[in-house]
Amino acid sequence: MTAVLLSAVTLLPFFWMLSTSLKDYGAIMALPIQWIPKNPTFHNFTDLFQKEGMTVSMLNSLVVSISSVTVTIISSAMAAFAFAKLEFKGKEVIFLVYLATMMIPSQVLFIPLYLLMGELKLVDSLGALVLPSVFKVFAVFMLRQRMMTIPNVYLEAPAIDGAGVFTVFLRIICPMCKSSLATLAVICFMDSWNDYLLPLVMLTTKTKFTLPIILSSLNGQYKSEYNLLMAGALVSMLPILLIYALAQKYFAAGLQVGGVKG
Amino acid sequence: MYKKQGIRAFIFLLPSLAGLVLFNLIPIFASLLLSLTDWSGLSRVRLFHGFFQFVGDKFVGVSNYSQLVKDPEFWAVLGHNAYFILMYLPLVLLFSLMVALIIQRKSRMASVYRVLYYIPVLTSWVAGALIWKWMLSPEYGPINNALSAIGIKGPLWLQSEVWAMPSIVLASVWKDMGFYGMILLSGLLAINPEYYEAADIDGAGYFQKFKSITLPLLSPILFYVIMLSLINAFQLFPQIMVMTKNGDAGPNGATMVMVERIYKYAFKFGRMGYAAAWSWVLFVIIFGFTVLQNVLQRKWVYYES
Repeated sequence: MTAVLLSAVTLLPFFWMLSTSLKDYGAIMALPIQWIPKNPTFHNFTDLFQKEGMTVSMLNSLVVSISSVTVTIISSAMAAFAFAKLEFKGKEVIFLVYLATMMIPSQVLFIPLYLLMGELKLVDSLGALVLPSVFKVFAVFMLRQRMMTIPNVYLEAPAIDGAGVFTVFLRIICPMCKSSLATLAVICFMDSWNDYLLPLVMLTTKTKFTLPIILSSLNGQYKSEYNLLMAGALVSMLPILLIYALAQKYFAAGLQVGGVKG
Repeated sequence: MYKKQGIRAFIFLLPSLAGLVLFNLIPIFASLLLSLTDWSGLSRVRLFHGFFQFVGDKFVGVSNYSQLVKDPEFWAVLGHNAYFILMYLPLVLLFSLMVALIIQRKSRMASVYRVLYYIPVLTSWVAGALIWKWMLSPEYGPINNALSAIGIKGPLWLQSEVWAMPSIVLASVWKDMGFYGMILLSGLLAINPEYYEAADIDGAGYFQKFKSITLPLLSPILFYVIMLSLINAFQLFPQIMVMTKNGDAGPNGATMVMVERIYKYAFKFGRMGYAAAWSWVLFVIIFGFTVLQNVLQRKWVYYES
């Protein structure tokens, strides 16, 4: 009973979004309100893609999210390997610095980050959203935990056969961490896809906007045209829902890592 | 074995370490220095050329901080954050606990619910906030229409000074309950089922079992969720930006909150130095709660021995 009620509360807003996205402007202002549109239309969707540049934003979001995930995975797996399996001077100190950065909220960083991107000539480019993902402390931490559980025999045997450390990392360690890497990939994708503050600060040109930014700019432009806005919200959700449907178990695993929140 | 491989280790560490220095350490340092200047954001500043010279020219000491503490707006904003948390925290705990209790059951429906309750978590805040803005439309939104069907005249929600913040709370609880519910679930699943079996034999009822077994054994993770949601609540931002229209932050500034102020001082009002100072105050608050979490965790939380 509670379960059904709570599901209704959870889903009704989405149903309202779907229903509104299929109405024309007149129908959203009609009383009594229509949960099922009387004259459904796909006009809002065609308008979004043809007039409002939604296609470009969708592509921007895809490029940013896929690149960010790739960059995070590569750099974090490498760093995690160094922390878990290699000996070097200052390891403990460097790792402590890593952990300490967890304390700093991103809101402290975005002003100087904006300056930094200016220096790198990356303001108003997608690169400004991708580059910072080279350092993700929770990713390093999570992969390090996983790699520490791999017994050293797996490293020693190939070493005797003359395999170098890079070969061992690529051929043995990475394949063994496959499911951790997949978990990380879906979480980072979601974070990047839904990110708001960083693109809001970095992007100024409409052709560079990611989906959340085009949506919030449409919100400013078409204050009351909720038919269009709801169609936009729906479109922005679809890819992430698709990924969730395909990789649900990795999302669940990701939560165990701790407070990673979209 | 791969001991004493300093150079190779460094190569493995290089991309991440470069990111740490470039996108974390340098910005932290720069932000601290900028918070001691009256930089407007209009004059150009270069991070790698004459930055210290620039900071020296614009240096105003801690006056941003002392001004902040004297500013009635700051205290009002802090109050808004606290007001949000006061409403949000009990509600999100209650609902995420309900979510966790529902999805822990071993039935087919439970796995369906597990997916359903997670959908708002997957949704971007911009999309979620737009949906709720429309849900809460005083005239054409379903909520007020449902209310009027039972003879209640609904409030103006986001357009009302009194109801704007509760509207934000409503949307936030909806968005977050699945997230914290999943975390609480991992705590529920860790409880040894034998306790419940023993209680069943003693004839304990549902609420008895909940009070005497579930709640105490869940306390470590419940505590974690409380602190995590508290820290996250101080950073609320996108829902404010989307739901209460640009610039004014709600009727009569009713939904001005910390991050919204930081963003606007930096990029709308041309007071970068002041914004940087504000962001450090936010850091101190969050840091304070993190320390508090560690201290209290040792004191209060019941651990199974």
